[in-house]
Amino acid sequence: MVHTGTMEGALFEPTLYIVKGMCILDNDGNRILAKYYDKNILPTAKEQKAFEKNLFNKTHRANAEIIMLDGLTCVYKNNVDLFFYVMGSSHENELILQSVLNALYESVSILLRRNVEKRVLLDNLDAVMLAFDEICDGGVILDADPTSIVGRAALRTEDVPLGEQTVVQVLQSAKEQLKWSLLK
Amino acid sequence: MSSFKRDKKEEEDSGGSPFMNLDKTIVLQEARYFNETPVNPRKCSHILSKILFLLNQGEKLSTQEATDVFFATTKLFQSKDVMLRRMVYLCIKELSKLAQDVIIVTSSLTKDMTGKEDLYRAAAIRALCSITDSTMIQAIERYMKQAIVDKNPAVSSAALVSALHLSSTAPDLVRRWVNEAQEAINSDNAMVSYHALGILANTRRNDKLSIVKMVTRLAKSPLKSPYALCLLIRLAAQLVENDDSDAAQPYIEFIECCLRHKSEMVIYEAAHAIVNLRKTARDLAPAVSVLQLFCGSSKACLRLAGARTLARLTSKHPTAVAACAVDLENLISDPNRSVATLAVTTLLATGAESSVDRLMKQISSFVSEISDEFKIVVVKAIRRLCQKFPRKHQSLAAFLAGMLRDEGGLEYKAAIADAIITLVEENPEAKETGLAHLCEFIEDCEHTTLAVRILHLLGREGPKSRQPSRYIRFIYNRVILESGPVRAAAVSAMAQFGAQRPELLPNIRVLLARCEMDDEDEVRDRAIYYNAILDSGDQQLINDFIIDVPKSNPILLEKALRDHIATKPDEPFDIMTVPMEEEKKKEKEDVVEIEARKPKQMTIEEIYTQQLSRVPGIESLGPLFKTNIPIDLTEPETEYRVRLLKHVFVRHIVLQFECLNTLNDQILEKVSVRLDCPPEYEIKSMLFCQRLVYNQPGSVFVVIEFPCAYLDSLGTFGATLEFVVCDCDPNTGAPDPGEGYADTYPLEEFSIYCLDQIRARIMGDEWDSTWERAANVPEVSGNFVLPELDPATAAKSVCEVLGIPKSGIIDGAIKEIRGGGVFRGGAPYLVKVRIGPSSEGVRMQIAARSPREDVAQLLLAALE
Repeated sequence: MVHTGTMEGALFEPTLYIVKGMCILDNDGNRILAKYYDKNILPTAKEQKAFEKNLFNKTHRANAEIIMLDGLTCVYKNNVDLFFYVMGSSHENELILQSVLNALYESVSILLRRNVEKRVLLDNLDAVMLAFDEICDGGVILDADPTSIVGRAALRTEDVPLGEQTVVQVLQSAKEQLKWSLLK
Repeated sequence: MSSFKRDKKEEEDSGGSPFMNLDKTIVLQEARYFNETPVNPRKCSHILSKILFLLNQGEKLSTQEATDVFFATTKLFQSKDVMLRRMVYLCIKELSKLAQDVIIVTSSLTKDMTGKEDLYRAAAIRALCSITDSTMIQAIERYMKQAIVDKNPAVSSAALVSALHLSSTAPDLVRRWVNEAQEAINSDNAMVSYHALGILANTRRNDKLSIVKMVTRLAKSPLKSPYALCLLIRLAAQLVENDDSDAAQPYIEFIECCLRHKSEMVIYEAAHAIVNLRKTARDLAPAVSVLQLFCGSSKACLRLAGARTLARLTSKHPTAVAACAVDLENLISDPNRSVATLAVTTLLATGAESSVDRLMKQISSFVSEISDEFKIVVVKAIRRLCQKFPRKHQSLAAFLAGMLRDEGGLEYKAAIADAIITLVEENPEAKETGLAHLCEFIEDCEHTTLAVRILHLLGREGPKSRQPSRYIRFIYNRVILESGPVRAAAVSAMAQFGAQRPELLPNIRVLLARCEMDDEDEVRDRAIYYNAILDSGDQQLINDFIIDVPKSNPILLEKALRDHIATKPDEPFDIMTVPMEEEKKKEKEDVVEIEARKPKQMTIEEIYTQQLSRVPGIESLGPLFKTNIPIDLTEPETEYRVRLLKHVFVRHIVLQFECLNTLNDQILEKVSVRLDCPPEYEIKSMLFCQRLVYNQPGSVFVVIEFPCAYLDSLGTFGATLEFVVCDCDPNTGAPDPGEGYADTYPLEEFSIYCLDQIRARIMGDEWDSTWERAANVPEVSGNFVLPELDPATAAKSVCEVLGIPKSGIIDGAIKEIRGGGVFRGGAPYLVKVRIGPSSEGVRMQIAARSPREDVAQLLLAALE
């Protein structure tokens, strides 16, 4: 745009493309799942892995929730042997990123029946992949409500003893578990 | 032994996990199972997740492999398992970028998208949009429109988000769905209205009026979704930013109102907007107090957000930030080091001299733990401190030197070196210590670019110091130890010492002579070149080619050289025709800010060279001398906007009329400009703009020859835009049938000034000697009496007319302005203006020297 005056750059950009990337690493800093949504940021797998290594080194000891790294704001959370990260531009509302991280963590937690650890996650990798896909589509936050994400990620019907529980019941129990975790 | 240990650990870790040590070929083999009927959904889903896992790990599939897997995957549409179907969609999305003929699944996906199973529909839409291109999209347009207003929020969101992705390739098409999106904005579901708002804001981003309408309407009936509110705040803030009138007041009120929202996300968004608006809100206090509260939060995110935003305020409202000192003090020892760094640097920026030492001690306790970005923030804060409290330079320089010795990337090291360099340049007392630190640093510096820069600085500043000889050892060490580029820089630096300090000349000559045997061409060439110049003993020669060498803009130099080789390789190249490097504008200092990824800065000439190359015959005009800052020829809010760029060549000027059509129901064709030229000017050619569609700039170029006599070159032009208007459909941009009609549009007059034709050069301390040396070139002088009462204003306006930076004014009872530069064609000039008070206003005495007397006369004429 040649004619419009340049923006000061201090204000946040009015865009839906907020999330630059999300990833889950194990406790050695290896990638379990990672998605990057901006073609201009970390375009190759090599750069991404180098970034993840760096990110992990900077974050695995300090439990500090948020870090600015390589021009990105990264919010993170860990549990047992898993590290969850959500990345956005360094010029982004940190709290929005935080809400996405919460959505990611909570929905994974519900999917894994609160056993948030690497082995269980790998056993349910397909569901977690679907959750990833339901939270963010190409950098746009698709949904940030854990129960509805889990609902859309579709629990495997065979896992639930048929006749005992319907999908609605599963969701109900998930909701209750969530409530408990919030009350804690 | 160690490998055995690791194996054991891996075994424990993976515990036979199916995803460890996956092999691509085996997994691709497994995918063949998909061709069986019936399939076991569980097994298939597992194989699919293995494929996705591999892709996610960065494994590369060849196009053939990807296509094979893709086609195998499509077989899985036979299964009715929900989970499996969803995995299939995911796979389609991932493979769509790698495989061929992916559109084969269009019909299956369209069926799912319109089917009854809600769990399929949303995901099917997103998968479908990832495989369609703009030509295919028309076929599914009807379904998309329906999906946007579907009562299932997942479906509606999926359609909206997919539409947003598509709008980057097919903006016109998506614009037709605006009505549906408008409807979706009122949805009960928070995410749907967020996505709808996002797509509306995106399609209308160039249509200010409709954004105004939308924001005004939505601000009155607040949205439910906090995300949507954040977006609305951003839109409102943008409107305030682009509007200087009082009309923006309601938006500011809306943003202030959001400070009382229940969601922290929205509160922060509002506070951030208020703090960062260029036009300050009446009252910052509520926003600041919200940020203050954030600083005391138990969540690190909130503390960081609060501290960061307060830090940004330091430059504009230091007092507002100083009031939060207590809160920031509490954050100094924050476990999140980013927060601590921001707190300390902010306090440094707002605090008094007495607190500097204490805060510095705090920083040094954790500086090794923070990331490079934040280290740079710290370095910048220290750099500002050096300027603010020059007396503290000793401890600050020592601190910087300490940081320089630590581990760190190039950018970090460069920031430190920059800080020391400014310290050296601005504080004469700190010069010796600063240079000593830098000397020590290059002894062990792995970054070539940095070493070169520091050597250059040593060459510039070293000879002026009390004991120049001590630096030579450091410089010569580089010649012995380093790579080619560093050696070459070291040779140049040594030459500076030889040129400026006669007592060192014999020694320097010996050192340079040794470099003449270097393996590297550049080093050898430089050594011989400098030695020859120093040998001549001609002070003028030494000054022009060693001490004060004009530097050409490297990018334009490269282009000029390439053009030269292409057009007239036999003639010698004249470097004076290439624009000089402009002094970098002092960057606007953001007090405490983390570096975002910044686009590369380009000079105006670099930006337009590409566009100019379209003008036929442009090569024959010679190299571009200068492109002037654009001027508007229309009011800002008119239907057609035109901006003029004057590209000056040696004997020609190319006028570029950059036009923008802001009416979406018109297409302009055969756009041209009718010019009323002053008598001496001659229009050579004109390049029409064939088609000017809505909101896409296009340019008309006019090539004009300058009058032969320089003095005739000042003149005023009248201009009228001429074009043929064709009406078109505002939504699709398709022109209505039938002929258009011719129309004209008056533009404002513009002039060609002296300033347009000169390139001013920054003159340093050497101005006096240069002026003296030019004693025998023609001089033109004159006296004027100006009615303006104030010498300072007069001096400023003289500077503007002659393009001399304000720093060229030497203050005193009688103000003296010294400047110089090059006229188009390469004639250099020097000008001296003395301004003093007199009985009837201001008295001005001007003297201009140039080998071309008419250039000097023109300069005088410009001031009349």
